[in-house]
Amino acid sequence: MHISEGILTWPVLASGTAFALAGTAVGLKKLKTEDIPKTAILSAAFFVASLIHVPIGPSSAHLMLNGIVGILLGWAAFPAIFVALSLQALFFQYGGITTLGVNTLLMALPAFLCYLLFKPLIVKKNHSIALAAGFSGGAFSVFLSGIIMAALLVFAERHFFGVSMMVLAAHIPVMIIEGIITMFCIGFLKKVQPSLLGT
Amino acid sequence: MLQEPFAVGNSFIHRIDPRFRLISALLYSIVVAILYGFYPLIASVVISGLLIRTAGLNGKAVLKRLALVNGFVLIFWLILPFTAKGNILYTIGFLNIYEPGVVLALQVTLKSNAIVMAFIAMVSTMSFSTLGHTLNSLGLPQKFVFLFVLTYRYIFVIEQEYKKIWRSIKIRGFSPKTTIHCYKTYAYMIGMIFVRASARADRVYRAMLCRGFDGCFYTLSEFPSSSRNWLFLVMMIFLSAFILLMEFCFYG
Repeated sequence: MHISEGILTWPVLASGTAFALAGTAVGLKKLKTEDIPKTAILSAAFFVASLIHVPIGPSSAHLMLNGIVGILLGWAAFPAIFVALSLQALFFQYGGITTLGVNTLLMALPAFLCYLLFKPLIVKKNHSIALAAGFSGGAFSVFLSGIIMAALLVFAERHFFGVSMMVLAAHIPVMIIEGIITMFCIGFLKKVQPSLLGT
Repeated sequence: MLQEPFAVGNSFIHRIDPRFRLISALLYSIVVAILYGFYPLIASVVISGLLIRTAGLNGKAVLKRLALVNGFVLIFWLILPFTAKGNILYTIGFLNIYEPGVVLALQVTLKSNAIVMAFIAMVSTMSFSTLGHTLNSLGLPQKFVFLFVLTYRYIFVIEQEYKKIWRSIKIRGFSPKTTIHCYKTYAYMIGMIFVRASARADRVYRAMLCRGFDGCFYTLSEFPSSSRNWLFLVMMIFLSAFILLMEFCFYG
């Protein structure tokens, strides 16, 4: 989910950009040079995920994966998502220069919170707790992205309320799918390569 | 998957130093983003159109990119005229079309198109590696530029891995449906992409270390300094100031 150019007003754009830049700066500061390749892989995966369409009933939705990116990266999710969104703006014109900040914020903040809330549960030995945390993480990050997006739209212009409610409603099926996918993906990584999860 | 149809060319804009283009694009986009009035918005669409013209880009390809942006804008047209209440413009059956809604939707459309066209004309006209070096020479943190360049490289790696796994899934008769099995397959595929891609990233990084990589990127290409660059920048500042002035004169 992205907010396109020309929709938000400047106070919203400016404050969103300030928060996103602050997060990115902290993320970069904490990122060690030898960890950059791993971060770049996840950033690239985040980019490609937006092109993978998963069926939902008669329709389909593309994956967001910000939950997994957050769980695997922590603070580095900010620079990773910032970079992936810049590339999407550059190659597909999803979002753009002025909305880069708000889009980073609405994807990366939930990712980071997901890391804080669910990472400690995911690294636990108990497999079912880890799976439950994976589901909650995936669903939570999409849900929060939707809430932030709706809030930004309403902050910008109260007439956008109808649009923002529709955006939020569209997030609900995606949220469930994303939860399921994150859950299985975490389960898979725990079995196949737990070192990726930092355990 | 990633194409840069606008990056090659020999127009006036293609020959401007990428740093100057990036700064001009940033300045101009920010100015357009804060506009409300119709005259300045129309002026900015005209200016952006002229920039596309100056860059000598293929009109069809540009329209294709714009179609994508206008898909998102379409949502606003479908909802805003009916929900943003105010003066009633028309009534169709039980549906009222309100003036503020139409005005807002029109503003959003003009703004989006103006900003995106300017971006295509000034930024999409440089190749990715040029952009990486531009960010470097504009003084962005080394780590950021490294992450930026590597991500671009790894997109192709991830895409290859994705296609490889997707082919083998297909061969085994997988067809996407709304079932748990299907989501599980997707999740395992994504997990496998992470595993394989990070193994590959690790190998690449070690190979880079062997070749003396120290966390810095050195660029061989120098941007020739020319009065043309300054001319372009001054022109863009002038145009931005002009639409900003229009905004303040007409709409306070």
